[in-house]
Amino acid sequence: MFESFPLWPQRASTIAGQVDALYVFLVLLSLFMTAAIFTMILIFAIRYRRRPGVQAEQIEGSHKLEITWSIVPMGVFMVIFFWSAIIFFKQRTPPDGAGTVYVVAKQWMWKLQHEEGQREINQLHIPVGKDIKLIMTSQDVIHSFYVPAFRIKQDVLPGRYTTTWFHATKAGTYHLFCAEYCGTQHSGMIGQVVVMEPAEYQAWLSGGGVTQSLAQTGETMFQQLGCATCHRSDGQGRGPNLAGLYGSKVTLVDGRTLTADENYIRESILVPGVKIVSGFQPVMPVFQGLVTEEQLNSLIAYVKSLNPPPSGTAGTPSGVPAGAKLGEGQVQ
Amino acid sequence: MATAAIAPEREDYLNKEYGIRSWLLTVDHKRIALLYLISITLFFFIGGFFALLIRLELLTPAGDLVQADTYNKLFTMHGQVMVFFFLIPSIPAVLGNFLVPIMIGAKDLAFPRINLLSWYLYIAGGALMLYAILSGGVDTGWTFYTPLSTSFSNTHVVTAGLGIFINGFSSILTGLNFVVTIHRMRAPGMTWSRLPLFIWAHYATSIVMLLGTPVIAVTLVLVVLERTLHLGIFDPRLGGDPLLFQHLFWFYSHPAVYIMILPSMGVVSEVMACFTRKRIFGYTFVAMSSIAIAVFGFLVWAHHMFVAGMSMYAALVFSILSYLVAVPSAIKVFNWTATMFKGSISFDTPMLYALGFVGLFTIGGLTGLFLAALGLDVHVTDTYFVVAHFHYVMVGGAVMGYMAGMHFWWPKISGRMYPDSWGRLAALIVFVGFNLTFFPQFVLGYMGMPRRYWDYSHSPEFQVLNVLSTAGATILAVGYLLPMVYFLWSMRYGKPAPANPWGASGLEWMTQSPPTTFNFDETPQVTWEAYDYENIPAPVPEEAFGD
Amino acid sequence: MTDSHAATQHGPELLHHFADEEQQRNSASLGMWLFLGTEIMFFGGMFLAYLVYRLNYFESFAASSRSIAVPLGAINTAVLLCSSLTVVLAVRAAQMGKRKLLIWMLILTLIFGLAFLAIKGVEWHEKYEEHHIPGNFMGRAFDVSDIQRDFPKLHVDPQHAQIFFSLYFALTGIHALHMIVGVGIFLWLIYKAWKGDFGPKYYTPVEIGGLYWHFVDVVWIYLFPLLYLIDRKPL
Repeated sequence: MFESFPLWPQRASTIAGQVDALYVFLVLLSLFMTAAIFTMILIFAIRYRRRPGVQAEQIEGSHKLEITWSIVPMGVFMVIFFWSAIIFFKQRTPPDGAGTVYVVAKQWMWKLQHEEGQREINQLHIPVGKDIKLIMTSQDVIHSFYVPAFRIKQDVLPGRYTTTWFHATKAGTYHLFCAEYCGTQHSGMIGQVVVMEPAEYQAWLSGGGVTQSLAQTGETMFQQLGCATCHRSDGQGRGPNLAGLYGSKVTLVDGRTLTADENYIRESILVPGVKIVSGFQPVMPVFQGLVTEEQLNSLIAYVKSLNPPPSGTAGTPSGVPAGAKLGEGQVQ
Repeated sequence: MATAAIAPEREDYLNKEYGIRSWLLTVDHKRIALLYLISITLFFFIGGFFALLIRLELLTPAGDLVQADTYNKLFTMHGQVMVFFFLIPSIPAVLGNFLVPIMIGAKDLAFPRINLLSWYLYIAGGALMLYAILSGGVDTGWTFYTPLSTSFSNTHVVTAGLGIFINGFSSILTGLNFVVTIHRMRAPGMTWSRLPLFIWAHYATSIVMLLGTPVIAVTLVLVVLERTLHLGIFDPRLGGDPLLFQHLFWFYSHPAVYIMILPSMGVVSEVMACFTRKRIFGYTFVAMSSIAIAVFGFLVWAHHMFVAGMSMYAALVFSILSYLVAVPSAIKVFNWTATMFKGSISFDTPMLYALGFVGLFTIGGLTGLFLAALGLDVHVTDTYFVVAHFHYVMVGGAVMGYMAGMHFWWPKISGRMYPDSWGRLAALIVFVGFNLTFFPQFVLGYMGMPRRYWDYSHSPEFQVLNVLSTAGATILAVGYLLPMVYFLWSMRYGKPAPANPWGASGLEWMTQSPPTTFNFDETPQVTWEAYDYENIPAPVPEEAFGD
Repeated sequence: MTDSHAATQHGPELLHHFADEEQQRNSASLGMWLFLGTEIMFFGGMFLAYLVYRLNYFESFAASSRSIAVPLGAINTAVLLCSSLTVVLAVRAAQMGKRKLLIWMLILTLIFGLAFLAIKGVEWHEKYEEHHIPGNFMGRAFDVSDIQRDFPKLHVDPQHAQIFFSLYFALTGIHALHMIVGVGIFLWLIYKAWKGDFGPKYYTPVEIGGLYWHFVDVVWIYLFPLLYLIDRKPL
């Protein structure tokens, strides 16, 4: 609506409409409250303007009014809070079975790696109608991945992964902005999200001359860096077997347990000594400084690919929130 | 009157002593207030100049006025100067310093020499800030997030950081002075429940200044250490945590916004009581709400970090607390509106600014609800929506309150009246200019324009609203320049002010205009309640400005 | 103008904006307590950073904290505790009008304070010798391989250890700065006491100077266990 004078971006994701609905409600509420206060002030200003011989009436207050206009706003605020919390929960919970794109931000560009192997810079091609999860990190300062049309935004930090997800509903090209000030070319760190119909997307995938998927690249790295020497699939190695690792519960030497997510795998490669798996020795070499973010992404994709395929869940229905499961990709 | 050639000039704090030493070595809280007035006005115009350049650049989508690095320095220094060197001191250091002792019936603040020290610390910090600006500037954003500020920026981060650090002590000592003064130096009969709401507001503000400012001080120390010695406290490449910085930074910087708004709320209460000729409706609730805002204000800092990479559950907690802190502010707005009911209202300049505050603070506060709403904040955080929100509360709120206060107490401070018609004109210009500048930014933000963008040529659809905003800014600038002109004019040509030109309640109006150095000839013995308007006759217009 | 001096008898130290000496004394006391409150917030920020990193980088922090000298720290704790005793005795002496005792107690406090700083200097020098100063201080690069050797079972990450030492120097350094300010304050108090400015009717500066000194002592009482003593069971 309002093509010539837009008030909001296009709605191109499943969550966009929900965010806009809350926004419209708040706009109406604000208009109402502002009008109410302004009108009261105006009426009082006129009705009670200073006139000779008329005294002001000294009124101490009214406990009833005070309670009312404390409780009622608090009640309204709680409604807004719960409504917005539900939307937020959905925004922060990628559904199972979402496709993954790895994002590396740096001053001042976006580098994206598809699971299928494609690499893009400042552009992200995705199919319409599919859940897509982004696993993001920065090479330098804090950036923020913002697609107004999807109503999603997530800061991208150096030294760890953060996650966001969306489900595009409309083919088209949409703005991608960096939304956390990151230096000189912050306003130039922009791109496009290109949402395509499934058939078009398949054509785009096969047109790039890409020979291997991200996981396959990772497998190559795994061999080249010598990881396979210790992390053997027969369980005889000096390092844990990585099959089935991703998403599972891990027990460490000091008794702590955690869920193996992307951040854990990344830390285990870069600074392995910090978290040693119970029953193993701290002998893994440090890879910090020896692998780039993109190489790390490919290794993580490979490790994830070592999980047995989920049984009977091919084709997760789109838009279904993950419900109570808080496993993969949850960030601290 | 005092202008007669034969009668000797009446002694007041201004003419008691002349000469630069009597000003630079003064311990009179009123003179120190004027020292602050001059310095913060200087910084206001510096910060405002930066704002004008920003708005000029944003007239066109392309970055064609200044270079990207320059633009980044402009918005950084606009923020630093306005927040630390204008807004935070403004009302407390000028109006608070001047009025707190008089309003409670004391001869001065508890620690006059520390008061002077506060001003010198402000000047020292300000000098460092000016040095940073003049020698090339800072480009980290006023929030100087790490690791950009510690490991990547090539600008004068350390100098600016030290300037703000020193300035922080000015704030702490002012707060300390106010709390001790209010506790220990009230005149006989001036009980807590008889205190003007201006005093309650400054008391609450001082608590925040005392407890919050040291945290930004230590954060700055750590940033400076990290930057100069390459330690790894906040930089992940050295093992540090950038989110720790954000928590430490916002732990102060959120309560800081309450330092900026609470004093103006105090001013608005005084002005509205006077120009409706009534006690503020719900005095106790308004007083307690100031304390509530100060306390709850310490619990909500991470609502600036909803998308920063914080846990979802932490976000839920901070969101709900942010709604809680909105309630006391709402209570104040309702009470001020209710004060107008059955009042006897006149629309002098201070009242116009106070009413402007109520309206604009309402809008600003309501938009805070949008930002506290988690699912919505994801879309609007880091966009112009936030910029519009905080300018509504800081400029439409705090600065309007400051203007209301300056116009209300100017006769007391200077002993002169300014022409009210000019005052009202300026107030109107400010109101129109302000709304035109910042309302379009709400829409811009929802449309997706991120903040701190030098160039938006990829999104020409943002231009119309930016042009409107810049047009508003030029009008706003005129509105702020006018008071400079007529206040200065009034010091020479303004009509001498009587002790109580507005017929207002409060001990300050029982002293001469301007007051003597020790404020009172005899310590007042207070036997009446605050806002005793039924016993104070309204000023007859001609007499108030007469002769 | 002001109340005439003939009406109320008071000492020369009553400042004219106060109604009476009691108001002045109470104001000074409240002022110092509030100031100490702000200092708690100041040190609190650093303690928070230390706590967060200790939890996250436990092994590096535990190993590093073993390498700082408990004996020296313990001596310093004893020194500060004694100095707080002499401060209390000084205030008491002032209350009782015993000028010589007051001056001696103030001097003793000063000596204890200087002793603390000297011992701290020795400690820091040790850290310098061991290459434990973060960064590249005076040409000595930071190196914690000695700590790793001492604790082969722990993973001592050099970056994390560097954060420990950064916080160690920040905390003890800023504490030492406060100590130096305290020394300055006491020098001034000794001078004023020698001039005879303090007596039973007026000893406020001694009292609030003492409060400040006690606070600096208390900060050390927190620093010592948290930096030196924490978790000393065998690793």
